Formats: sequence, C-alpha cells, structure tokens
Amino acid sequence: MDLENQKRVMEFAEKYGPENLVIILGSAEGEAAGIAAETVTAGDPTFAGPLTGVQLGLRVYHVCEEEIKNEIDPDIYDEQISMMEMVLDIDDIVSEMTAIRDEFCKY
Amino acid sequence: MKSVITWASYVLVHTPDMVIANGSTQTTERIVNPGSEYLQQLPKHIRSYESALSYPPNRCYIGDITPAELGAMEQPYYENGIENAERFSKFGEIMPQDEFYLLIQACDSFDLVFLEENFVKTTKEKLSKHPLMREDILNRIKDGTSKEEIERFINEEHAEGLYIKGEAVGFVKRAHDVDTNLSAHIMLENLVSKASSVLSLLHTMDKSGVDPSEIEYVIECSEEACGDMNQRGGGNFAKAEAEIAGLLNATGSDLRGFCAAPAHAMVTAASLVKAGTFKHVIVTAGGSTAKLGMNGKDHVKKGLPVLEDMVAGFSILVSRDDGVNPYIDLEHIGRHTVGTGSSPQAVTSSLVLHPLQSANLRIPDIDKYAAEMQNPEITKPAGAGDVPLANFKMIGALAVKEGQLERKELNSFIEKHGMQGWAPTQGHIPSGVPYVGFAREALLSGEIKNAMIVGKGSLFLGRLTNLFDGISFMMLPNKGLEEEKQFDDKKLRLMLADALRKFAQSLGGEGE
Amino acid sequence: MSLLEDKKVIIVGDRDGIPGPAIEACMVGTGAEVVFSSTECFV
Repeated sequence: MDLENQKRVMEFAEKYGPENLVIILGSAEGEAAGIAAETVTAGDPTFAGPLTGVQLGLRVYHVCEEEIKNEIDPDIYDEQISMMEMVLDIDDIVSEMTAIRDEFCKY
Repeated sequence: MKSVITWASYVLVHTPDMVIANGSTQTTERIVNPGSEYLQQLPKHIRSYESALSYPPNRCYIGDITPAELGAMEQPYYENGIENAERFSKFGEIMPQDEFYLLIQACDSFDLVFLEENFVKTTKEKLSKHPLMREDILNRIKDGTSKEEIERFINEEHAEGLYIKGEAVGFVKRAHDVDTNLSAHIMLENLVSKASSVLSLLHTMDKSGVDPSEIEYVIECSEEACGDMNQRGGGNFAKAEAEIAGLLNATGSDLRGFCAAPAHAMVTAASLVKAGTFKHVIVTAGGSTAKLGMNGKDHVKKGLPVLEDMVAGFSILVSRDDGVNPYIDLEHIGRHTVGTGSSPQAVTSSLVLHPLQSANLRIPDIDKYAAEMQNPEITKPAGAGDVPLANFKMIGALAVKEGQLERKELNSFIEKHGMQGWAPTQGHIPSGVPYVGFAREALLSGEIKNAMIVGKGSLFLGRLTNLFDGISFMMLPNKGLEEEKQFDDKKLRLMLADALRKFAQSLGGEGE
Repeated sequence: MSLLEDKKVIIVGDRDGIPGPAIEACMVGTGAEVVFSSTECFV
C-alpha cells in the first residue's frame, strides 16, 4: 500500500480509535486486496511503510464483498460498481479477504 | 481534409544499471530501508542486453512480431526468448545502455554530462556505426574525463552516476547549487527522456520518407517536467528534441495529461493538420527512469528477472491527407469529462460508447480496441492484474449492459476485439499508442476496417484533483483523396454563379 | 447492527479496479462517514 495511505490509516486509527474504523478497498486482484488487507491488520508485509510491524487489526473489506454491498443503495451500486462484477474475479477477492480477516482482524 | 498517420516509430533502451541507480522504488528503498534484503538480491535479477533483446514483448513493441503473434507464443516470455533477435526492426530498435549514455551526452546542451575517457573511445566507435547517428550528433560527444574526477563528482558534488555493471563510467552533474528543480537527479531524468525521444524521432524521419525540413510542429507528451524554481514545468522538451533531431523548420510544445497525454496529443496533432495550420506534426515522447524497476520487489520476491529495465520512446508522424494512409476520425472523439465521474462504467461509456453512438456504431462494430497495453507479465506478479485484459473486459461488459452483446459472448468478444499486452510500464508509453503502428499496417492491408485508441490517465496522482481522465479516437482506412468531390463542388459553384449572373442581368435589363 | 453505521471509513480504491470516488459515492445513505479516500495506481 502507498506509503502516504499507510500514514493516513495510522493517523486515523489514533484519532478515532481502531474499533471505529472500516477500510474499504477497490483492488483489481485478489492478491493485491490481500496485501492491502494484511497491511491494515497485521502490518505492511513489504516492510516499506509506516505500518511495518504495526498490528492494527482493522475491519477491512473489498467493496464488492456481500457484507459491504448489502449496505449500499442498490441503485447507486448498480451505477458505480456493478459492471465491474463482470470484470473482477470476485471469488478470488472474497477468499483472500476472508482469510486475512479470519487471521488478523481484531474487531 | 483528413489527417493521416504517415509513420509510427517505437524504440527501447535497455538500462539495467539505471534500474538500480535511478528507479524510484529503489531510490526510496535506499532511504527507507538501506540494508534491505531486496536491495541485496536485486542485482542478481538484472537481465543481460541479449535477454532483453530476445524478450518477446520487447520484439512486439519495436514491431518485429505482431500482438497476435505474441499472444500465440509460449509463456512465461522471459523463458521463451526469440532466437537470433536483431537490434533494428521495422518500427525502431533496442539500444544498449552504453551507447545510450553517449546519446544522453549528445543531447546535453549545458555541459552537465561527463563520461570516462576510455569508455567514450570504445563506445563512440560502436555508436558511430549506428545508421541514423549523423555527424553533427556524434560531434556533440566530448572526449572524456578521468575516473578520479567521476568519483569526486559523485561523492562530493551531488552528481548522479552513470554505471555499467555497477562501475561508474560517467555522471550527470547538477545544473544549479540551490535549485532542486535543476538537481542532478532531475537533469538525468529529463535528459533520458529527451534522448530516448530523439532516438525515436530519428527513426521516424528515416522511415517515413518525409524530409525533416517539412516538419512544422512537434508535440511532446511524456510525464516529465522541465524548468527551474521560477517555472518548474516551463518546458519545452519538444523543441529541445527537435533541435537534436535536426527538425530545423519545426517549433513545438509539450502536452501533459499523465498516461492519457499521448492520446490527447494525437487528437491535437490531427486537429492542427485538419485545420490546415500545419502540414506535418510529430507526436513524440521519451521514457521514464523513475518507473524502472517500479514493481521490482515483486519480481525479485517471485524469482523473476526485473522486467522493468527498458526506457521506451515513440514518435508518430501525423500529416495532411495523402489518399493512402489511415486517418484519424475527428468527428467522433471520446472524452472523459469533468461530469463523467469515476465509476468504471461511466468512464468506459464516455470513452467508448458515446463516441460510437454519435457515429451510429455499436461496441462490437470496432475491430480492434487498444486501451492500456501494459505487458501483463510485468503487472500480474505485482498484483495489478492483466491491465489490457481488464480494459477489454470492461468494454465487453459495457456492451453486455447495453444489450449489444450476449453475456456468454463476453470471452469471445475479448479474444476477437482485444489483444495481448506488450508495452513496458513506462507510464504514458502503454496508453493506446503502442498499437498505432500496427493499426496503420492492418488498416492499410485491409486486415481490419477500424480501430479505437483509448488513452487513460490517473490525474489524482498529482494531488490536484481526484478525477480520472481519458480521450479516445478512431483510426479508419483511407479511401483516397477527395479531389473528385472538390472538383464537382467547384464546377457546381461556377454553374450556379453563372446562372445567378444571367438571372440578375435579365432582371436589371441591358441598359447598365 | 450494521457494519458501516456510525463508522469512519477509509477508502483505498484502485485505478484498475474500483476507483476511490466510485466507492465514496456508494457510502451515501450507509451512515458511514468517509474520512479519507484515495486511489492507488500500480502502473
């Protein structure tokens, strides 16, 4: 994850409390989603950014996962996201995200 | 009047040492994590020139094999190089790093680039055999300096080293003691961009058959900024490059728009020609040192060679109608507007669907789409997926949503209307334009009846807006000069004028 | 209780997936407050 984004995540976790934050991703691939999810839960796996070694354990979802999709106004979802369900490998994204949450999410 | 594409050149430079010394992933890592495992492992993953030369996606970029031929080849490409690959090709060449350092010096107008004396001697002999290196370009190369001087400038004077296999053979010094906009780092970046663009300009002038003196305007569309602290992006790369390339009757300017800039530049060039402002306009860009080894961490981690070791360039000549070459359809341009928004379907609608609707066409009516043509072998290990494939899927998915395609036809649509990506991840380089050369040939031979070039850009990276951007245009076959029609128009006008005159005379009587 | 209601949301979109502003538009009516939205680019 971009170093500046990691910095922001860390600042907001301090400001609002990690239990009040939800991270929503738009990654194109399961693997990239998994790495971003790992970064905000277990720490930056690439050892490059401010979240290296920081285990925030935040709630993190991809916007196409059912948990998030169910909370979005269906008309807005259709207009903004739905076409990408034909483009992205949703099953792969869901399995990567679920695995990371099961292991590292604290909330 | 139509604006036609007379020629398109594509060049690559293999720059393995620049990956380590200048790529932003590596320079950042040296600051954040100087002793990292990655920096230690990286040199073991650097490719040889021969390996880069035979690499199928590189062969495709310089026009040696077509995208279809590339798509049919065995993967991984880095293990299945093309045998007996040659340096020069139909569209351009793959230049080795040592000769490129001399070309960088030839492109230096401010005495900033210095090279070691023995290195100059041996390499100048090589470069002087280059078929396109004119005497006046070779004469710009200086005799050379000592190793001690090179070490001193790198260690004490903030110069950027130029290396061959890790050994310093030269340096680029800073152009100002205080102004960071003229630092050695930025001067090197800009000179690399300039030199790689000049190389592609030389190829275009050689192969297009147009005399360099006929070029009236150059539009440069890379992603670098040239200027000092009082005008940080002042420019003008275009004119600086035209000077070295010997385009004496040209002026020019720079056009920026992140990765979408080349497509914007093509539309601008075609408009200038169609309006009759200029007869020949060249759209050109060199490559980016910052993006070298951008995804190197993932390549090293997964045991791949570092595949982002190529600086790229291209130059496309847009000319007034010759009745033969394919033309750019300026009546139906796709634009991502401020109001479009960022949702992928809105972006794809603006860039693809809307211009087609205005031309009474449907998405499947376009034979070939070229959006972002990045080589997936570079992006997939980094978790960015197959970018061209994702673009073709988006276009196909939009056709499904619009009822122009059956859902079950999506995969065959992608296969038929898309193609395998081949371009190096050099930012603006992959965005639509790598296909222009192939599209020109396929339209000339009648293999395809139309193509759409889509440029997209990530404006948000500049932190001035959250907006996306993009522009698209169609390339169509030329059905010959419109002389016949012009003759008829003229004849008709004369007949009409004659009749009116006679009518007026009959009204006014004979007595005037 | 819903996942997003009264939560602070950070959006990390992807240029080649779903961009940040598209996700941001989806947060309307969910009861979440978007505190930061960005889009990453791997190419």
